[in-house]
Amino acid sequence: MLLLDWLYVAAFAVIGLLLAALSLAIVWVLSPRSAYPQKRMTYESGVVPIGQAWAQFNIRYYLFGLVFVIFAVEVIYLYPWAIVFRQLGKFAFFEMLIFLVVLLLGLAYAWRKGALEWT
Amino acid sequence: MITVVLVAAVKSVALVVMVLLGFAYATLLERRLLARFQLRYGPNRTGPFGLLQPFADGIKLIFKESFMPATADRLIYWLAPAISMVAALFVYAVIPIGPEIRFFGATVSLYIADVNVGILLVLGASSIGVYGVILGGWSSNNKYALLGCLRSSAQLISYELAIGLAVVSVVLTAGSLSLVDIVNAQQRLWFVALQPVGFLLFFIGALAETNRAPFDLPEAEQELIAGFHTEYGGFKFAMFYVGEYVGIITMSLLVTTLFLGGWHGPLLPGPHWVAVKTFAFMCLFIWIRATMPRVRHDQLMAFGWKVLVPLGLLNVVATAVIVALVGG
Repeated sequence: MLLLDWLYVAAFAVIGLLLAALSLAIVWVLSPRSAYPQKRMTYESGVVPIGQAWAQFNIRYYLFGLVFVIFAVEVIYLYPWAIVFRQLGKFAFFEMLIFLVVLLLGLAYAWRKGALEWT
Repeated sequence: MITVVLVAAVKSVALVVMVLLGFAYATLLERRLLARFQLRYGPNRTGPFGLLQPFADGIKLIFKESFMPATADRLIYWLAPAISMVAALFVYAVIPIGPEIRFFGATVSLYIADVNVGILLVLGASSIGVYGVILGGWSSNNKYALLGCLRSSAQLISYELAIGLAVVSVVLTAGSLSLVDIVNAQQRLWFVALQPVGFLLFFIGALAETNRAPFDLPEAEQELIAGFHTEYGGFKFAMFYVGEYVGIITMSLLVTTLFLGGWHGPLLPGPHWVAVKTFAFMCLFIWIRATMPRVRHDQLMAFGWKVLVPLGLLNVVATAVIVALVGG
């Protein structure tokens, strides 16, 4: 029965893909085209764009990305623990408490080091 | 076997049609409600009460000219709106809109599939939706679009953590990842009563995940023109729009499922209750947009990382203590 449920999920995903493909096909077939070089310039408030948009940007985004990866992995570890928590009892509780305290320390460290500041 | 497949196919198609109709009327609902909040009428000329407005908009968007910036990354530029749309639609495979009902003498379940990792699948699919935004913004080769997609990625990953932690406490309380099991665990008492902090975390996270005011920085009109979809027009723009508004419906439906008892309620049959609760939350989303000013980017990140994440972690610990003491 479980395998059948997964088949339904896959079939539903295929329906979604087909719908998206259909939408793009509609654009491709039905929308009129009359592009000329000026029209195909990127929009920069009416002036001629200066350089490319693929240039340097603020390093802060990267820092937050790194911190996110750490915590996202941690949250994933919490899920299996949360399901079987009732069966495992006190031992699992204290083990996970230690894990969470270590991570909270990590967050405090990042906070102290200014990784969470946006200036 | 053929009946089983046929039932599944009919259910899938009916659900997709319902979600897309829901999307069309969510846009109308938003325009009408916002107009009312601002003492205007809103679109009311196309059909009775403006009910044909979404279709007029759709037809207009189909016949809009399609052009692409000459410097854009061609393949990714076309792929991004599709990713956004597919990811938004996919989650409906596992979200239940009702219990099993009797229909022409057969038992039909009002969900496509009840998989044992349901809520993880929903979170995963909504994370894939982020790719649509990031790739769309990056591939346009437009500075406003790039800034919009960078802001969006920073915001979405920060508030995804709040949502993830809120869901962990719900899973702890229910003891299962299946959305059907989670709803059934709320038969006597809704989780909003057991998990008030989790509910708040999830709701704030939902506002941020759907790029809604007060967290609509990725498309802040006054600074970024239209954010990540600045260079998109016509039906490709409409596909991003589908992603955004279906996201609002999904988040309202998830709040209903995880915290407000899903289809449980007195008098009315199950699916009606799901519809009523979801509709109420969609109105709340729009009401918040009409009321709250946009936050600054540093405030947004500080709130996410210094308030929501520690609060979510503490909420998980508190839930675990209470479950250990009560449930044993």
